[in-house]
Amino acid sequence: MTDTAQTPLWEVFIRPRNGLAHRHCGSLHAADATMALQAARDVYTRREEGQSIWVIPSSEIVASDPNDKETFFDPAGDKIYRHPTFYDIPDDVGHM
Amino acid sequence: MYSQGLNGQNLDVNETPEFLAAFQARIDADEKIEPNDPMPAAYRKTLIRQIGQHAHSEIVGMLPEANWITRAPTLRRKTALLAKVQDEGGHGLYLYSAAETLGVSREAMTEELLSGKAKYSSIFNYPTLSWADMGAIGWLVDGAAIMNQVPLCRCSYGPYARAMIRVCKEESFHQRQGYELMISLCNGTAAQKAMAQDSLNRWWWPSLMMFGPSDSDSQHSDQSTAWKIKRFTNDELRQKFVDATVKQADHLGLSIPDPDLVWNETKNDGQGGYDFGDIDWDEFWKVVKGHGPMNKDRIAARKQAWEEGAWVREAALAYAEKQKQQTAQQVTA
Ligand SMILES: [Fe+2]
Ligand SMILES: [Fe+2]
Repeated sequence: MTDTAQTPLWEVFIRPRNGLAHRHCGSLHAADATMALQAARDVYTRREEGQSIWVIPSSEIVASDPNDKETFFDPAGDKIYRHPTFYDIPDDVGHM
Repeated sequence: MYSQGLNGQNLDVNETPEFLAAFQARIDADEKIEPNDPMPAAYRKTLIRQIGQHAHSEIVGMLPEANWITRAPTLRRKTALLAKVQDEGGHGLYLYSAAETLGVSREAMTEELLSGKAKYSSIFNYPTLSWADMGAIGWLVDGAAIMNQVPLCRCSYGPYARAMIRVCKEESFHQRQGYELMISLCNGTAAQKAMAQDSLNRWWWPSLMMFGPSDSDSQHSDQSTAWKIKRFTNDELRQKFVDATVKQADHLGLSIPDPDLVWNETKNDGQGGYDFGDIDWDEFWKVVKGHGPMNKDRIAARKQAWEEGAWVREAALAYAEKQKQQTAQQVTA
């Protein structure tokens, strides 16, 4: 095994076709951005699965802390008045 | 397939009975487990072992077929074989990145493969002696792999399940190109058909061994089933494979090398299925323990590829570092 630093990890996002958002599809190792893009093309779009690729160093992604999942997301849990079904509209008004 | 880069978590969890029960309840409710979720150490370890072995199998699995790329008889067959071998490399990469989400590094997995510590599928330790083997491998080996992999698309660990969905989408072409190759040999000269039969004779039993030891001897099955990493037992999958494949061999006009193969209408809850002969488990364990015909060559080939690629990896990293420094200088200048 060589003593070189680990080859950096990149996250790959692909837009399958125009009209759709880029979507996370996996990760790969590459020394720099150019190689990461080329590797992403070879690994994730061998069958025309993409029109556009984003790669981003995994270390640059800021993620919510899984240990804070409850405190972070729970405040939305009891706000049922944010949903349309919270409000009573008589049936004879029709679809709203 | 989230990366280890997103894993800031402390891998240790206090495995109280309450924690284990809550984890099992999530699994039982068909919830997916994602990389950052707390999980029992044994769940993590089982997945690292299984996904790692699976990734190694894809990578080592490129070797027996790569052996024939330059000798493919037509351009059509050559492009198909190249594309298939390239896919297997891709499968290895999807799987390595799924394993990495559990906190194991690519370097550590590579090291385990090269040192012989990690296992890979026993099937790839058999030699590819004739062109017909390219047909038999696609048909039988990829066919068996599909049987194994389809249920893994519903595995409880999210990144593994997502990797398997990609893999399964790509596998179908592998099996079809192999079977088509067998058809053309079987429609060819007597010598070509004999080559196809010889290939089936050599690959049949090793293909059945791909499903792993019999349920009565399998060490990992029960807990993996409870964790929904495994959805069917080795013997169930093996039976499905035999039942699906016999008809395909009949269609080719080839005979399966098993005198005990016989239709049994009471099998599979009365739907019928094939009884088949005993598997040579001594051979299986010999190959698993490193004494198959090609174990040494496979690892030697992987080591050579790794060592001869070292300067490329080093040069790419050095170039990236230099570019970074030049950009930094331009910014400060
Ligand atoms: Fe594969
Ligand atoms: Fe395959």
